[in-house]
Amino acid sequence: MLLITCPYCGPRPELEFRYAGEAHIARPEDPSGVEADPWGEFLYNRTNARGPYAERWRHFHGCGRFFNAIRDTTTDFFLATYKVGEPRPDVPARAVASASTGGAGER
Amino acid sequence: MSAEFRLPVGGRIDRAKPVRFTFDGKSYEGFAGDTLASALIANGVHLVGRSFKYHRPRGILTAGSEEPNALVGVGRDEAHYTPNLRATQVEITDGMVAESQNRWPSLAFDVGAVNDGLGRFLPAGFYYKTFMWPAGAWAKFYEPVIRRAAGLGRAPQAADTDRYTQRYAHCEVLVVGAGPAGLAAALAASETGVRVILCDEQAEFGGSLLHERDTVIDGRDAEAWVAEAVATLCSRENVRLLTRTTAFGYYPHNLVGLAERVTDHLAAPGSDLPRERLWQVRAREVVIAAGSIERPLVFPENDRPGVMMAEAARIYANRFGAKPGNRAVVFTASDSAYRAALDLKAAGVEIAAIADLRPDPTGAVVERARADGIRVLPGTSVQGTSGRLRIRSASLGAVVGGATETVPCDLLLMSGGFTPTLSLFSQSRGKMAWDEALEAYVPSVSVERERSVGACRGIYGLAEVLADGHAAGVAAAGKGASDGAARRFTVDAEELGHSGHRGITPHRRDASRVKAFVDFQNDVTAKDVKLATQEGFRSIEHVKRYTTTGMATDQGRTSNINALAIVSDALGKSVPEVGLTTFRPPYTPTTFALFAGQARGELFDPVRTTPIHDWAAEHGAVFEDVGIWKRARYFPEGGEDMHEAVARECRAVRESVGIFDGSTLGKIEVVGRDAAEFMNRMYTNAWAKLEPGRLRYGVMLREDGFVMDDGVVGRMAPDRFHVTTTTGGAPRVLNHMEDYLQTEWPDLEVWLTSTTEQWAVIAVQGPKARQVLEPLVEGIDLSREAMPHMSVRTGHICGVPTRLFRVSFTGELGFEVNVPANYGRAVWDAIFAAGQPHGITPYGTETMHVLRAEKGYIIVGQETDGTNTPDDVGLGWAVGKAKRDFVGKRSLARPQMQRPDRKQMVGLLTSDPATVLEEGAQIVADPNAPLPMKALGHVTSSYASSVVGRSIAIGMVAGGRGRIGETLHVPMPGGAIAVDVVEPVFFDKEGERIHG
Amino acid sequence: MQKFSGLSLFAKAFSSHKGWEPQWRSPEPKAAYDVVIVGAGGHGLATAYYLAKEHGITNVAVIEKGWLGGGNTGRNTTIIRSNYLFEESAALYDHAVKLWEGLSRDLNYNVMYSPRGVLMLAHNVHDVQSFKRHVHANRIAGVDNEWLSAEECKAFCPPLNIAPGMRYPVLGGALQRRGGTARHDAVAWGYARAASARGVDIIQNCEVTAIRRGPDGAVQGVETSRGFIGAPKIGVVAAGNTSVVMAMAGVRMPLESYPLQALVSEPIKPVFPCVVMSNTIHAYISQSDKGELVIGAGTDAYTSYTQRGGLHIATHTLDAICELFPQFRRMRMLRNWGGIVDVTPDRSPILAKTPVAGLYVNCGWGTGGFKATPGSGNVFAHTIARDEPHPINAPFTIERFRDGVLIDEAAAAAVAH
Repeated sequence: MLLITCPYCGPRPELEFRYAGEAHIARPEDPSGVEADPWGEFLYNRTNARGPYAERWRHFHGCGRFFNAIRDTTTDFFLATYKVGEPRPDVPARAVASASTGGAGER
Repeated sequence: MSAEFRLPVGGRIDRAKPVRFTFDGKSYEGFAGDTLASALIANGVHLVGRSFKYHRPRGILTAGSEEPNALVGVGRDEAHYTPNLRATQVEITDGMVAESQNRWPSLAFDVGAVNDGLGRFLPAGFYYKTFMWPAGAWAKFYEPVIRRAAGLGRAPQAADTDRYTQRYAHCEVLVVGAGPAGLAAALAASETGVRVILCDEQAEFGGSLLHERDTVIDGRDAEAWVAEAVATLCSRENVRLLTRTTAFGYYPHNLVGLAERVTDHLAAPGSDLPRERLWQVRAREVVIAAGSIERPLVFPENDRPGVMMAEAARIYANRFGAKPGNRAVVFTASDSAYRAALDLKAAGVEIAAIADLRPDPTGAVVERARADGIRVLPGTSVQGTSGRLRIRSASLGAVVGGATETVPCDLLLMSGGFTPTLSLFSQSRGKMAWDEALEAYVPSVSVERERSVGACRGIYGLAEVLADGHAAGVAAAGKGASDGAARRFTVDAEELGHSGHRGITPHRRDASRVKAFVDFQNDVTAKDVKLATQEGFRSIEHVKRYTTTGMATDQGRTSNINALAIVSDALGKSVPEVGLTTFRPPYTPTTFALFAGQARGELFDPVRTTPIHDWAAEHGAVFEDVGIWKRARYFPEGGEDMHEAVARECRAVRESVGIFDGSTLGKIEVVGRDAAEFMNRMYTNAWAKLEPGRLRYGVMLREDGFVMDDGVVGRMAPDRFHVTTTTGGAPRVLNHMEDYLQTEWPDLEVWLTSTTEQWAVIAVQGPKARQVLEPLVEGIDLSREAMPHMSVRTGHICGVPTRLFRVSFTGELGFEVNVPANYGRAVWDAIFAAGQPHGITPYGTETMHVLRAEKGYIIVGQETDGTNTPDDVGLGWAVGKAKRDFVGKRSLARPQMQRPDRKQMVGLLTSDPATVLEEGAQIVADPNAPLPMKALGHVTSSYASSVVGRSIAIGMVAGGRGRIGETLHVPMPGGAIAVDVVEPVFFDKEGERIHG
Repeated sequence: MQKFSGLSLFAKAFSSHKGWEPQWRSPEPKAAYDVVIVGAGGHGLATAYYLAKEHGITNVAVIEKGWLGGGNTGRNTTIIRSNYLFEESAALYDHAVKLWEGLSRDLNYNVMYSPRGVLMLAHNVHDVQSFKRHVHANRIAGVDNEWLSAEECKAFCPPLNIAPGMRYPVLGGALQRRGGTARHDAVAWGYARAASARGVDIIQNCEVTAIRRGPDGAVQGVETSRGFIGAPKIGVVAAGNTSVVMAMAGVRMPLESYPLQALVSEPIKPVFPCVVMSNTIHAYISQSDKGELVIGAGTDAYTSYTQRGGLHIATHTLDAICELFPQFRRMRMLRNWGGIVDVTPDRSPILAKTPVAGLYVNCGWGTGGFKATPGSGNVFAHTIARDEPHPINAPFTIERFRDGVLIDEAAAAAVAH
């Protein structure tokens, strides 16, 4: 069970959250004007990155807010969590426990 | 009278507390503090099991949780029977019943041992090469035979009645293992005041210090030092001590699973105690002090009962006062076995010889052994052993040339050196490295906030181990190096050199003829491992799978390194080049029920009930599970079956009035300046022009255009909507709304609140509905003119505030009375009482389904299956064509979503009105076509309608609306049923009743 | 290829088994091949085998970054069945079942296919409706699947608890008798051995780092940790890593990779005669030939390439096992592990050509790929060899998502695989 730092509430166990897939996939302003291929891409295609991945979580059993996170999918350590609307932060390429398990204190 | 092999003095057993137990029906006596293994050894019993494949007699190899051989079934009855327990871990209790496994008819005479003689025909992976003829014979003939021969113990025959509990815990420092390193770490960490949890799998703390004879730490003998350390830890409020507790799994972000065995060691546990307790510990820092495991030597016939790890024999003698034999041969590549020989000699065991693989063993302990008159044979290996149910002799011969000598013995002690225990570290995803000096894998790079200390990272000298533990404890507690100045422990203990051996020991026998075991439990021999490499299995992962070495219940704890060395030797590669198999949780086998904990019986999953639930139960409702909800399905009267009850309930609604608990419907309050705009975007319908006080049926799509949910929505005010959803869909719909609101349209001023639990919903449906409600309602004019179909009013009912919907899912005049949930039961009671003159009839979900099907109303999840557009299910009218955008609109525009041959909802009528189609039955054009037939669609809903007076059905049929009037066929096992395709409305086609 | 048989085993015993040759060759990669398959799991090896056997294309390399069969092939719970709802799915999986039936003899390797029966339990009215729809759909598709009452379920699987007072009582089940299990490692090894014997090069410990495309956009080969390997046709069969490999060719995929866990108990004598699945309360269980209870757990909530997941996932599954089979409560978990499953939006696989000429992809099997191994390899080989799909895999395109022509087994039946 991961330990996830909600940007509004702080570190909480994974059971309080729901995963919500890749982040920064904006719904087109005018979907009707979008061609078939890019619309299909928007609906279904995902980066599914191996390594740091910008993704969305919702603090479902907490504040209820959606937020973004960058997690290294090769280690499951978080590099950052940030609020919706904030730009994707610069993070190192690899995450280790000391930097990012969130809430476990500084080493 | 004490057992024959019980030493007269010594050990940590309580000689004042004799304990009687049985093994294979025979009664024995041990003492409190004994394990089953130590008690059997004290009674001279060494034959305790049979091996997996060859059914070879096996004894007790180790004294710990790594035991591969001595597996037993324990339990006084079937509800408490547990197979495959390690005798080395089972603490005896008065009246314990234990039995050996995998033997028939008896342990001493086992028919399965015929496999041993056939061993040459059963090399590694033999089953992949044969049993292929004739076709199908594998499953019919060979497999059942193989299955019967395989397996170790047997499953319990009855359900376990014990309880299991679970706890979460948080601490700054979790210390795993309470040997010298772990104790020192826990002492140091807890001294700083941080929260410390210390756990150990054994019954008492101390680890190796519990079987030292002459070791002195800081002026106290080892046992006294342990006692003082434990007392100190006990006195600290910031410390939690857990004995008999195995850290079985290391999960992401420093979550460690602990399994605490609470009652198995008690003869008569209190009924308030759980059998086991699962701890999920989130630790800021973890200190792993898991120790090391002595490695067997791989020599011919190294598996006979009486062949034992040297350190284990020492443990039995020193800690348990049990003498493992009378005359021992020692075979070693390491100094530690000399210490064992000396201790055993002191305990009265004759040491016939020490065969040392090393050509020139030197060092203090070696000299002490020589000085003590023990015959030391340098450069000597065991060439083989004899003895069927117990070792009788060992054949010793020089590694290089020379004669062999047969030495009679009833005990053979071996030591190939020590392997650091890396399981938890590996589970934490730490990187391991091969240490050339130690010739062992040791922890290299940590990934989690974790540190390994003591023997599990290759530190062996006691003083160094204690200092290592102390330093780690200080550091883990968050104290810098300065205030955690290295603590020095003054230790007087045997100085041992640390050498060892890996892989096959040299011998002069024909290697292809002898069995030299690598993995004892799975009966994997050195030649099996070599055969695997010969056949091209080059990675250790392949060798493991092909030979099954390391896959037994000890997870290769005693075998992995030897297997690795044999592979490395066979391939001419270094050990690190061969690799290392992955350690997986759990560290030792862990009870299923421990994980289940309290999730059992009615607590398996929460039960969600409505305010009306008790009333329904009192009135004989039959309930159905819908998600975690319990919903009343029908209310049988007398001896009615479901169909009779439903027919009666349906007639009551059509002819008079029925009452239905709709409280499970999801409810969401959508409020704010932009509420209407938000609804416009979320639903297919147009909401801007819906006036306050009006209701509208809304359809919600996923972004890919498929129907996701539906429900009636009331506009309570210009900026306020009362949204209802399906019972199962409520959380999904709210999440969907929140997602768009928070992430796509944060500019909209809208708030969403789940009100499912706040409103009880009582549907009153039927021609008499108005008459029933009118006397109860205050401040609302229920008349047809004042309150038409699809309107909503606020007011009071029975003195309680209500949002009264005039809405119908039955096709009748109907109302849905929303009242605050706490008043739900009272209002229900009042309506039910008021309805008595009209014969008001409670009805359940099954009746509701029939009533709506008669009207052709869909149920999302029954007519739809996630692949339907609104138009497919006849809801094209609900799609706001003029709207610029809504979720799903763009996807609906895709050509495939508009094809005329999509499956469309239609009505189906059988030619025989008594024939009720089966839901899920398929619909075809030509029932006589050969298989596989092309299905045009399927029956989604089908009922006997008492009101229509015949069966009715709804189906999804390709191009269905264009087929109205056609006859199609429903192929059934007993023959096809012809059906006429009709409009999916069977009752009151003009829809007049609803406006009554 | 050395013949495997009881006789050869018997004969070799007298020469101390010195006569056994490596089961597959371990060649150095050649500069170029007609076809390169990326990924030596069961599906990739089967593809290579059928390319050689049925299409005469033997100049084939299967490139594997680790060890053959080391991914999901060696990590799954080996359930085989074909009673899927949609005729497209049933056809695909039943094609596989038919191949399973003769696979041991085709490969001359005992893959231990054991049609012990797969029983899927229904726990509520919706399950009953859904499974009956499956039974009817399968019957006219020519796929065996039958409905059993709760009592019949109990008779078929005696350890099953059918007490009506259970939180989620067993209301019945759908049984596919041809469903069952097979030995996962043997499938990988058997295909590897048979493919190798037909000339296929299996290159282990060789990681693909890039896909080279020519000026016309068509593939030219793969860059690997052991150098460039040319090929005009590349089949990507990389399971959980498919998105990563396809990104090398500039193709974004409708895939997400999730951890999927499984576990086994300690081995016990035969007690569990079949395979039982309960999608509603998440329990998947059978007993291996060795005697272990083999139990499938769920996927974690988030994408990951770590091949492990949370304790709460395994815990949830054991809740259900203990409830359905109370006599197993005192059984003990021996090993728990994870794999990476690549999941499509409709939970059905992709077996298709791609927008890039010469590039083919076989992925998206989610939690249920093992059962399809022979059929998948068979039709994928056809797709690569002919540059057009076999009729069986024609519906399983990438474009179906763009177009909205889903084969939505999950949504249709609330059934995970």
